[in-house]
Amino acid sequence: MTADPLVRVTGLRKAFGAHRVLDGLALEVRAGEAVALLGANGAGKTTLLKILATLMRPTRGTVLVAGHDCAREPERVRPHVGLIGHGSHVYEDLTALENLKFWTALAGLRAAPAELAGALAAVELDRLAGERVRTFSAGMKRRLSLARFVLARPRVLLLDEPFAGLDQRAKKWLEEHLEAFKARGGAMVMATHSFGRELAVADRIAILSGGAIVLDTPRASLGPDAIARLYRLHTEEGA
Amino acid sequence: MIFARRAWSVVWKDLLVERRSKETLNALAFFSLLLLFVFQFALGPDRERLAAALPGLLWLGFVLAGLLGLGRTFVLERENDCWEGLILAPGDKSAIYVGKLAANVTLMLVVEGLILLLFAVFFNVDLAPALTGLALVMILGTVGLAAVGTLFAAMTAQVRARELLFPVLLLPVQVPVLLGEPLGAVGHWLGLLAAADVIYIVTGLLTFDFLLES
Repeated sequence: MTADPLVRVTGLRKAFGAHRVLDGLALEVRAGEAVALLGANGAGKTTLLKILATLMRPTRGTVLVAGHDCAREPERVRPHVGLIGHGSHVYEDLTALENLKFWTALAGLRAAPAELAGALAAVELDRLAGERVRTFSAGMKRRLSLARFVLARPRVLLLDEPFAGLDQRAKKWLEEHLEAFKARGGAMVMATHSFGRELAVADRIAILSGGAIVLDTPRASLGPDAIARLYRLHTEEGA
Repeated sequence: MIFARRAWSVVWKDLLVERRSKETLNALAFFSLLLLFVFQFALGPDRERLAAALPGLLWLGFVLAGLLGLGRTFVLERENDCWEGLILAPGDKSAIYVGKLAANVTLMLVVEGLILLLFAVFFNVDLAPALTGLALVMILGTVGLAAVGTLFAAMTAQVRARELLFPVLLLPVQVPVLLGEPLGAVGHWLGLLAAADVIYIVTGLLTFDFLLES
């Protein structure tokens, strides 16, 4: 673990008109650490991920990723960040290999055919490299999404409901890959609604309510029931 | 070099997707055919009336087909939130603009070539003597139309009423191109068309980053 956190958020406010979605939010995530964000619908989990990914600008506060300010120097932040959001960022009429080739070239990276094939093999899509993405399941698209980061090697992964819609095998596969990413020193922020097995990859649980993180606690000692109890205690859903 | 490679990757991706889906090309080819039928019926068999109206109709066909095609520039990017991916890709965003513009110009020239061919057949016009001049004006006019069209397509891509807003924004800005195209054969209008192209492309290069981010 390094001394400086890879993600440092202080006094973050994001308002849409008069409505403050995030207000006074603070969060730190260090290398090799994963934080699971829990919160009700509309609590601001996706908004926070979008701000960290530089897709949205904060209204107030400081958001640093890999030491760079997300609002003032988004171009310096982007090479360090990988986002897996609700969309898989893949083109349906291109093959898996063509998608990977396109995103790699657009990121300004040079990848030899063997490296592209290796990235697809890493996400177990090498046998489907020539297949159009239109025929892929949601889990396969998410794996292809991850293949981009095998080559780009971001230091921070931002995941919005990464396990949603995946079958048990795909969930296990993703869990293993996220653990491997952490082991390589990557930091992760993951928004989720689940209290179960999907939280296994998280080192800390942060509950988001009223625009701020109201509880930030290590996950190791907590079972699903304890997490659910804490969640109800700290959110409007439990009120 | 990296800029050119990034721009080329966008051209390659857009044209490959279009070649496979043929969504825009098929629709525009059919639209062009319908347009020519309408023109044919509206003008009747009077040769003199036809001769006077044909150049204007030809450019009207180009502009209408262009409006439909250019409006779809970023439709592809809404699928699976690829728009987000474009924003998050590190590097100069104007490379994406250049790539989108080049892909649009290629598509539009293919459709315009088809319209020209159909015009020659439908109205029994011999285009051979004017073909070189016409090709030059077509290319300059298409670049101008696509330069602003690509920019405005990005601007309206996330707006709900984009189909309405796009032509309303595009056509007034296109006045120099719309004037220059039919009159392109007449001396200095060709210069105006080229100057408009340069201004539009430079504006696109300078503003696309801001448009994509906002």
